[in-house]
Amino acid sequence: MSLGMPAAAEVQPASFAFSAENRARVEVILKRYPQDRPESAVLPLLDLAQRQHDNWLPVAAMDHVAELLGMPPIKVYEVASFYTMFNKAPVGRHLVQICRTTPCWLCGSDEVTRALKDATGAAPGETSGDFTVVEVECLGACVNAPVVQINDDFYEDLDYDSTVALVEALKRGETPAIGSQTRRRGGEPAGGAKTLAAARPPAAPPAS
Amino acid sequence: MQLKDEDRIFTNLYGWHGADLKSAQARGIWDNTSALVALGRDKIVEEVKESGLRGRGGAGFPTGMKWSFMPKESRDDRPSYLVINADESEPGTCKDRDILRYEPHRLLEGALLSGVGMGASACYIYIRGEFYNEGTAVDRAIAEAYDAGLLGKNACGSGYDYDVYLHRGAGAYICGEETALLESLEGKKGQPRNKPPFPAQAGLYGCPTTVNNVETIAVVPEILRRGGAWFDGIGRPRNTGTKIFCISGHVEQPCNVEETMGIPLKELIERHAGGVRGGWENLLGIVPGGSSVPVIPKDICDTVLMDFDSLKEVHTGLGTAAVIVMDKSTDIVEAIVRLAHFYMHESCGQCTPCREGTGWMWRVLKRMAVGRASIDEIDTLYQVTKQIEGHTICALGDAAAWPVQGLIRHFRPELERRILAYRKQAA
Repeated sequence: MSLGMPAAAEVQPASFAFSAENRARVEVILKRYPQDRPESAVLPLLDLAQRQHDNWLPVAAMDHVAELLGMPPIKVYEVASFYTMFNKAPVGRHLVQICRTTPCWLCGSDEVTRALKDATGAAPGETSGDFTVVEVECLGACVNAPVVQINDDFYEDLDYDSTVALVEALKRGETPAIGSQTRRRGGEPAGGAKTLAAARPPAAPPAS
Repeated sequence: MQLKDEDRIFTNLYGWHGADLKSAQARGIWDNTSALVALGRDKIVEEVKESGLRGRGGAGFPTGMKWSFMPKESRDDRPSYLVINADESEPGTCKDRDILRYEPHRLLEGALLSGVGMGASACYIYIRGEFYNEGTAVDRAIAEAYDAGLLGKNACGSGYDYDVYLHRGAGAYICGEETALLESLEGKKGQPRNKPPFPAQAGLYGCPTTVNNVETIAVVPEILRRGGAWFDGIGRPRNTGTKIFCISGHVEQPCNVEETMGIPLKELIERHAGGVRGGWENLLGIVPGGSSVPVIPKDICDTVLMDFDSLKEVHTGLGTAAVIVMDKSTDIVEAIVRLAHFYMHESCGQCTPCREGTGWMWRVLKRMAVGRASIDEIDTLYQVTKQIEGHTICALGDAAAWPVQGLIRHFRPELERRILAYRKQAA
């Protein structure tokens, strides 16, 4: 259950409306649901609003969504506060979510948290410069632990050094490769799979 | 007995090949699907029943039987729905993620065939919001399938009309509970509903609905192609087929792997995950089926088989088949404290025993981790878990209680040792 409270009144914009481009997206989204069930679109529309508004959701955006869907605003506030992915207050350009749950913890998530603090200056719950760091519960990539999610992307198989390198790359404005930060493709064993012999791709090129 | 490669269903489990339609077709997906649709509703259900397939989302309910609960004829023209649960959030579990991103067409073909089997006219795939890129892979596959005439009106040229939509969640473990998922899909907070009515009578928008896990749906096309008897021939009676296991924690090579249901736990870890760090003798305990099931100590791990009934016999469960391995360096109390924190965070707040109990258990365990407790509080804690278990609308209360019960059942001496050490130091 998300406990995020709306941002203070002075940072709330006076109004919000979807851009023309996003209005078109709203129409596409609404087509997925029965005509008499527009409220089913509340999660996708709040997500769209958040993406349009620097990755956080002001009250005016919730009101706009409520009006579009014909919902009482309180119903939209309830939804926005229940789901953890809605940020009710401004966040840094890079929202860094570190998984703290047992499988990641067993594989060294404490070290990753320490690296994030050292490299960004932000401890969990803090914002420093472009980086907001938060601890989250299981991200669902446990065989590639420890994992962080930065905005939409997962970075996996991290340790202290690779976490620092990741943050430094973001600071330089680069787009680091997403996924495993070791040489794995996905969830296969690092030493090579003992299954699917016929489907196996040609051997990966040697590490440079 | 090791699963033969030719019996493996998920030939692109590791993403070695494309997730696109052409690559999927090269792997045999969407091959003459109209003939499978033509089997018709009764034959499809019969074949899935014969396969012995049990739901892969954790509860292990027989899939064919679940489908047969769907009404044969619609009252007042209400549609029936298939809802695929892709809200994979059970700690330790990351199998559906790899199906979604690497095998989306296998899932979509399964969505069509399962839909025919239950008389559904549309399917929603509810994916957890954090799986942004995985959702994009599914969206791309849906668009490809529509363009190729595999979904939509006259799907695969079979004469059956069938729509598939992707719906993204927004961060809530509880939405993996089927009725919370339906509430969420209807645009509400994800708070579970009382049952009955069960979703097969009144589910999404009050219409007949079946909610199935991603892996359950994705194995259906191969079951229909090769026959239920083929799937039933793998594993043990009542525990049949292949299963994707997620092996995380203190192993040399954490991985996902598709193996035969009922493979010995030790063999699974040693063959596929490179063994326990520091060798099998360095093993402390394993959570064998995702965070909700009780931990088991090494002596049980030595011999137990990885299936529903074998794990139930030793007071734990197969759950999602997410194997979390802990070696002897692990602070076992802290490991469970973190799970207790997880359930406290994810409780939807609807039922008092869960809302209050999950936080209470976490606070007590947090003290016990450093020994700041009394011995009889261990019994109190156990009693409280029993007051939560079975006293809530959904199974989250049970799921929060079981890891704590497992800790007390198998690691009570460690809890006592910490309490006595703390007392000695304080004196």
